[in-house]
Amino acid sequence: MADTLSRSRDLDKLLLRPGNLVGPRFEPGAELRDDLQAFAKVLVVGAGGLGCELLKDLALTGFRNLEVIDMDRIEVTNLNRQFLFRLEDVGKPKAEVAAKRVMERISGVQIVPHFCRIEDKEIEFYNDFSIIALGLDSVEARSYINTVACSFLEYDSDDNPREETIKPMVDGGTEGFKGHARVILPGITPCFECTIWLFPPQVKFPLCTLAETPRTAAHCIEYAHLIKWDEVHGGVAFDPDNPEHMKWVYDEAVKRAELFGIPGVTYSFTQGVVKNIIPAIASTNAIISAACALETLKIATECSKTLSNYLSYNGSQGLHTEVAEFERDKDCLVCGPGIRIELDTSITLQKFMDLLEEHPKLRLSKASITHRGKNLYMQAPPVLEEMTRSNLSLSLFNLMGKLPKDVVHVNGMTIKNDQKFSCLRKLRVVFKGVDGVTDMDTAGGA
Amino acid sequence: MAEPKVKYDRQLRIWGDQGQADLEKSSICLLNCGPTGSETLKNLVLGGIGSITVVDGSKVEEGDLGNNFLVDESSLGKSKAKCVCSFLQELNDAVKAKFVEESPETLIETNPSFFSQFTLVVATQLVEYSMIKLDRICREANVILIFARSYGLTGFVRISVKEHDVIESKPEHFLDDLRLNNPWPELKRFADDIDLNVQDPVVHKHVPYVVILVKKADEWTKSHGGRLPSTREEKKEFKELLKAGMVAQDEDNYKEAIDSSFKVFAPRGISTELQQILNDSSVEVDSNSSDFWVLVAALKDFIANEGGGEVPLEGSIPDMTSSTEQYVNLQNIYHAKAEADFLVIEHLVRGILKKIGRDSNSIPRSTIKSFCKNARKLKVCRYRLIEDEFNAPNLPDLQKYLTDEDSSIAMGIYILLRAADRFAANYNSFPGQFDSAMDEDIPRLKSTAISLLNDLGCNGATLAEDLINEMCRFGAAELHAVAALVGGIASQEVIKSLGAEGC
Repeated sequence: MADTLSRSRDLDKLLLRPGNLVGPRFEPGAELRDDLQAFAKVLVVGAGGLGCELLKDLALTGFRNLEVIDMDRIEVTNLNRQFLFRLEDVGKPKAEVAAKRVMERISGVQIVPHFCRIEDKEIEFYNDFSIIALGLDSVEARSYINTVACSFLEYDSDDNPREETIKPMVDGGTEGFKGHARVILPGITPCFECTIWLFPPQVKFPLCTLAETPRTAAHCIEYAHLIKWDEVHGGVAFDPDNPEHMKWVYDEAVKRAELFGIPGVTYSFTQGVVKNIIPAIASTNAIISAACALETLKIATECSKTLSNYLSYNGSQGLHTEVAEFERDKDCLVCGPGIRIELDTSITLQKFMDLLEEHPKLRLSKASITHRGKNLYMQAPPVLEEMTRSNLSLSLFNLMGKLPKDVVHVNGMTIKNDQKFSCLRKLRVVFKGVDGVTDMDTAGGA
Repeated sequence: MAEPKVKYDRQLRIWGDQGQADLEKSSICLLNCGPTGSETLKNLVLGGIGSITVVDGSKVEEGDLGNNFLVDESSLGKSKAKCVCSFLQELNDAVKAKFVEESPETLIETNPSFFSQFTLVVATQLVEYSMIKLDRICREANVILIFARSYGLTGFVRISVKEHDVIESKPEHFLDDLRLNNPWPELKRFADDIDLNVQDPVVHKHVPYVVILVKKADEWTKSHGGRLPSTREEKKEFKELLKAGMVAQDEDNYKEAIDSSFKVFAPRGISTELQQILNDSSVEVDSNSSDFWVLVAALKDFIANEGGGEVPLEGSIPDMTSSTEQYVNLQNIYHAKAEADFLVIEHLVRGILKKIGRDSNSIPRSTIKSFCKNARKLKVCRYRLIEDEFNAPNLPDLQKYLTDEDSSIAMGIYILLRAADRFAANYNSFPGQFDSAMDEDIPRLKSTAISLLNDLGCNGATLAEDLINEMCRFGAAELHAVAALVGGIASQEVIKSLGAEGC
């Protein structure tokens, strides 16, 4: 059994020995360890503070096939926590350097880096992984990956999730001495969207306060950033990563603060307000990533029971941890069975898109539509738009291969609280009066 | 070398320049550099800790490559302390990194004075016997000690220090210090000069709520024999009075006044937590007293005299609906009062220092200022000796935690981790360390745990069989992810113990 001289000396105790507090499908043995190494494939989303830790933790937790995706390049301010990067790496793509560093130190581990935006990948790219581990710092990016992972989920005729279509996600997040780790099993535990209220909306100052009654340093900074910049630089977009732009905003904010006798405008504070900088330290990232890596191992092997389903950690006043069991939103547009739309077989793709715009639960405009990985209509890039434009006048029923019922994915813009944002939706299209079958899902069981 | 201000930007936003300076002047000693210790130091080195000394007597083996990122194939057969130290140095050249190739147990036995050179010792993977010895040494030398242990899927972090005083505890939800229940003359005068019945609707809706509350509270006390609203009925009535002052629906300043009216009802004076600190015998200062207690002594004097039962004013106000001019003026009034209170405290501090025979300038102004700002939030944490905890536990608590549903697993793990050390002392290996002995180790661990419980005074207490089995399954494995988690917590505690943030 366990070889005390081997590299998996410690991990073997967990994977090769039977246990009492384990998952129902835990099958201890060398085969489990070997299968984990050979077949489990994990995608790490983000190669920042959490991502660097996750790659290291997973590589030392028995996973050998890893991929990492990140669009950012290394900056000096990363170096206080992103331990895979050195000063001479500044400017290089994070994903590439992170993958290289971990592979250099841990033999046998393969890490494929992807230096691009998460939206740049085909949706099917994400289906290739056993588990997706998220090390992100934005609500939007989490929301996107969550939607993609949930789009693989299929339901049977009783609206129960089909197990083989569940794409598990492990998500971590930190701010200062606080953080969270959670396990998302779409269809079983709440998805990111079910509990979106966990992320409070960002504080935005009323424009009239900025323009007329500024009181704080932040008001002066946001005036310079949101109002004055456009007045003076009409047409030139403000770039928070351009030091000259930042300096200009700072100088303007100082002038305004002096005018009103408001204290507290510093360069560092200006950056913090304009870029919405979240303070971050190495230790919290280490804690949260380690918790996520452990959960990834537990999902893959069932060597212990998984977290159900949200761990919060707070080290800022003593040390407090709590596990909350959040509940699913059964009507969730993202992980729920989907919005069912009944259509006539005669409807054209164009007419279908019009319906999506009017649908009260969707209000989807600028829709790009895919069916089983095939593009029915794409808004962009222009080449694809041109290629798919002729589909608009064709019947959706024919485009979908005359299936009586199937899922389509729609990518587009929607409106929530008067704000436009891009989203991906799952629709269950059912064609009325199609031969014999009214509900395809029941066909198998009947 | 990168500009430290930029490199440390994301942490300076939490603990500021002073916190960073505290880290940079600290020297840390690590005992055992397996993954738990290595990960603890990695996080501290990245953050710019002053110096580290890694103590470990072992050589890197194949198994270490599977759980420790800080060693690699080229390290095999070499000193683990040396290899870990050189990787840590690579992470941050501003940190002074040293190593000692020696077993921590030997060092504890033969060279106890070694530890007194450090600010803080992080002791990882030590067994109970060595923990107790080291704890006595560090307590004697006034060195902060943090234990960290990873064991299978379990572990612990334990702090031991005689006393840890916190000035800047930065609690998350702490009421602002507006004194609406006890306004001082300048604030009252400022409010008096503002007319709430102003005709201009734009001016009316830009009177800061602080002014509204001070004026309305004054109006109330005049008609209620000098008392503020205290009963439920009175509070409701007071809110109605506020509401009656509105001239339009959209007056945010009045809405803020109603939402903040509880600040008028809040009791005057200091919290019971602060009173407890003031009552502590350490407040009778002499030449051996720490700066913290000198400051507390001055605070006590202030509260009893100039402060009229209140601490020095914090001096900042939250953002609120207001015209710029009134807001800035209001801010200046709070600031001026805080400055005046600070000057009184500073004078008291200088006097006390002189009286106890110290240089009256030995506590810098910035420290006194920070103390005044945070006077309401002071914290004093004291820890007993590990030996006392181990030999004389608080029995009612122990029994409660063993049986309570929410804590019985954590308590079971605590007992079993200690039983595992006792087991190791008796059988020369940890329970389940070798596959061949698994079958006999489970009952052995069980009887060891039961005898430990008996020794602690919990006769007849039992532990879940599942837990005992799991503990043997773990076989003292040090898993990387568990080590990273435990080490991460340990490094947070180090940062907090060194004064960089809270407690």
